[in-house]
Amino acid sequence: MITKRIIPCLDVKNGRVVKGVNFQGLSDVSSPVELGKYYSDCGADELVFYDITASAEERGIFTDILKEVARTIFIPLTVGGGIRTLEDFDRVLKCGADKVSVNSGAISNPGLIPAAAKRYGDQCVVLSVDVKRVDGVYRVFARGGRENTGIEAVSWIRFCVENGAGEVVLNSIDTDGVKGGFDLEMLEAVSNAVAVPVIASGGAGCAEDFVALFKKLPKVDAGLAASIFHFGEVRIPELKRILKENNINVRI
Amino acid sequence: MVGIIDYGVGNLFSLRSSFEAVGEQAFVSGDPEALGRADRLILPGVGAFGDAAAKLRESGLDRFVQEQAAAGKPLMGICLGMQLLFEKGYEYGEHEGLGLLRGAVVPMKGVLPAGLKIPHIGWNALHFRQPECPIFKNIREGDHVYFVHSFYAEGCADSLAATAEYGVELTAAVARERIFGCQFHPEKSGPVGLAILKAFSEV
Repeated sequence: MITKRIIPCLDVKNGRVVKGVNFQGLSDVSSPVELGKYYSDCGADELVFYDITASAEERGIFTDILKEVARTIFIPLTVGGGIRTLEDFDRVLKCGADKVSVNSGAISNPGLIPAAAKRYGDQCVVLSVDVKRVDGVYRVFARGGRENTGIEAVSWIRFCVENGAGEVVLNSIDTDGVKGGFDLEMLEAVSNAVAVPVIASGGAGCAEDFVALFKKLPKVDAGLAASIFHFGEVRIPELKRILKENNINVRI
Repeated sequence: MVGIIDYGVGNLFSLRSSFEAVGEQAFVSGDPEALGRADRLILPGVGAFGDAAAKLRESGLDRFVQEQAAAGKPLMGICLGMQLLFEKGYEYGEHEGLGLLRGAVVPMKGVLPAGLKIPHIGWNALHFRQPECPIFKNIREGDHVYFVHSFYAEGCADSLAATAEYGVELTAAVARERIFGCQFHPEKSGPVGLAILKAFSEV
């Protein structure tokens, strides 16, 4: 059977990985190429590169780096950040991305997901969505989680999947950064609503949080995290060993 | 030297880099003359069976691949490229494949038990049907590889080399004489995938 996936996410700005990384044995801890290779070698099932630059010039640096990463790493690569048009899809796919993740771009242009799915296939289109509870209702936030769009999240996700999103990354703003575990309640609501893979994001603080995620919500396909991997608080080989000991199917 | 056949479908960048990573020179070309000089050939492919088969025919590369395979040159189809090795594909209609292997490519839809998602996407374990298959010489039974597909090959018992369990036994790899095929993406399957490409480059 298909294994559960463990996915580190790297934020890249001006060709460097930001948010700080704390690894021993890497000569350049903020090189996307070195870090990508490190994760690929230690058993990450996929990598997400997130472009957090703003200007067109910086975007060019990102795509150059992406090419270099794709040349070095032989696991699936997902790229997100600033994807607003089909040309953006084209640009990152030509650099070697396998999947493209859209967030705010899908909100401002609801035609983007169906057009991209038609051209590149559903499997290539990932919906990334930042969700927060507002008065007990799941709301979609845009612009890096700063702006409440007022859109109800579960119906939005269902709409995007019906229109061709082949995978959903659900980032809970409520649990993000808290390290108290994934937002199981929110993840359950979403994974019951769609039949495509759901990737949990936001809240993992330790290996046991991943065990709880996959044990309690067998429908969830993957767990994504950033800083706990970058700072070595959770090491992927050990995480996978613990998951395996708990009878969760992983690639060792 | 590995020739990667370019007939206008998909990004061949990762495939070329993965051969380079195992120390094997590879080039991408759509020119039969250049490809004819390669020691072995890769038939890649993403997208829909009918489109890809039509593009192969329009470029005349279908005949070229058939002739090269008949002459005994090692050939490996990857993903849709593997599917094209068969007689027929039933993806949005009925389409002729290259007919190098017996069997047909059919949808998973309706075949999988309820609750399993389509496409079959992610890392799954290989179960050998031909443990002595030369492309497996550097890997082990149960090793994981990366799949992305919604259609699979059936009726191919005489070439079936490995399966992957997904509610049903899906055709994961095929081999007959010097014709090989991987439904998964070796170029996206980490060290295991690279070991398969390395082994193919030594066939």
